[in-house]
Amino acid sequence: MDEALLRSLTPSVIAVLVRRGADFAAAEDAVQDALVEALRSWPADPSPGSSGEGHPLRDAKGWLVTVAWRKFLDQTRSDAARRRREERVDQEPAPGPAPAVDDTLQLYFLCAHPSLTPSSAVALTLRAVGGLTTRQIARAYLVPEATMAQRISRAKRTVSGVRFDQPGDVATVLRVLYLVFNEGYSGDLDLAAEAIRLTRQLAARVDHPEVAGLLALMLLHHARRAARTAPDGSLVPLAEQDRGRWDTEAIAEGVTLLQAALARDRLGEFQAQAAIAALHADAPTAEETDWVQIVEWYDELVRLTDSPIVRLNRAVAVGEADGPRAGLAALAALDDSLPRHAAVAAYLHERDGDVATAARLYAEAAHQAPNTAERDYLTRQAARLNTRRNR
Amino acid sequence: MAKYLLLKHYRGAPAAVNDVPMDQWTPQEISAHVQYMNDFAARLEKTGEFVDGQALAPEGTWVRYDGEGRPPVTDGPFAETKDLIAGWMVIDVDSYERAVELAGELSAAPGAGGKPIHEWLEVRPFLTANPGITECH
Repeated sequence: MDEALLRSLTPSVIAVLVRRGADFAAAEDAVQDALVEALRSWPADPSPGSSGEGHPLRDAKGWLVTVAWRKFLDQTRSDAARRRREERVDQEPAPGPAPAVDDTLQLYFLCAHPSLTPSSAVALTLRAVGGLTTRQIARAYLVPEATMAQRISRAKRTVSGVRFDQPGDVATVLRVLYLVFNEGYSGDLDLAAEAIRLTRQLAARVDHPEVAGLLALMLLHHARRAARTAPDGSLVPLAEQDRGRWDTEAIAEGVTLLQAALARDRLGEFQAQAAIAALHADAPTAEETDWVQIVEWYDELVRLTDSPIVRLNRAVAVGEADGPRAGLAALAALDDSLPRHAAVAAYLHERDGDVATAARLYAEAAHQAPNTAERDYLTRQAARLNTRRNR
Repeated sequence: MAKYLLLKHYRGAPAAVNDVPMDQWTPQEISAHVQYMNDFAARLEKTGEFVDGQALAPEGTWVRYDGEGRPPVTDGPFAETKDLIAGWMVIDVDSYERAVELAGELSAAPGAGGKPIHEWLEVRPFLTANPGITECH
């Protein structure tokens, strides 16, 4: 039984129930119950000859709609306070086949609604659009299942007044998907792969260059996944990665998507970021990287976002394109309390030959690092320089 | 989405505003304090921000390795230890500002006279395991 296929049906099945009169929160619960039942009861590998009547795999969506609707009615009936709705529901004609309208996009908008906090939007998207269970989401984010269950039901209450067919802003959806992607791989759930799946599904429904841009960005970063960490789990910086281990298929797909998006001449932040990732992917060796073009893309990004973090990354690129002194000059214009400012300064000072300053700054950067992988990497850099100096 | 540790000290934090030791409170004041702490945790569970909460005994033992084939050396507790952790709460919140807001609420737990303790709590961010994928060039 294909769990991914099953999960991909989640949003459209929720939408069918909502169209039939269920409210979103109840519909979402009912579909989650139906998914759990499907995972438990469906045969792992149905033999092709025994295509018996009503085999779930012949019409997985139809099966899910039927079971979820039954669960919704059970829940509604068992709830005396909801008698009114029960009567209304009972008076409706027997459910026919699922409508052909694809409401999956509406689910994306609802789950990323601007009234939700980022963590609520992420949790709700992973459950109602991604079809993940609360337990899976809780494990991925390292919080108790009860906490995640509350976060999700609270999110559902927050959007309970939002009309299902209200048009949404695709930018809010992209931000949520970007957050999921950046979380990476946590425990047994690959959130980066899940984010790619959800963005791909979105891209199939919305013709928008930034959706394509985000998908390209994700694919280009994901392509480097195997090369990003050493066998002991330590970080391998881009310049030292074994480029033979990059996923060329993912790179090719990302580049194709990006080129088509850029051709539409509606540049956005994700396309510009993807363009930088594509230039890295395009270089056979680190030395052959086209840093001049990368700086140009950073200039575009600065124009689009005016983000100090982008300016910091731009300083690194300037250092590569025009030499470390130019990079340090670009850095001097920035607030030194920015995250990773010390790490960038350390790198540029080492390139400039000032080993003592670089070593001190690497140690300072390690102290400020927001995660253990970066901290360990920066500590090793400081140790490497100090060892060299003391020899 | 980031995790923070709200750290409560027996010793080592700056003095609270309402700085009366707990054994000088009335039993009702102690009950009110405990109730406040439980309600706070329950409320965070409801908002989907609670991860963990634990209290620690004041007295611990110092332990260190003493070489191959030898039992570990133990020592203490040391009365002069400056920093003594009383317990913690771990929260998972959307922002640093939210973490500070919640720590402020926790610090308002009632003490002597039913008045807020205004206790100093330490807010420490967790280091995650890995950098975000797109942050690494």
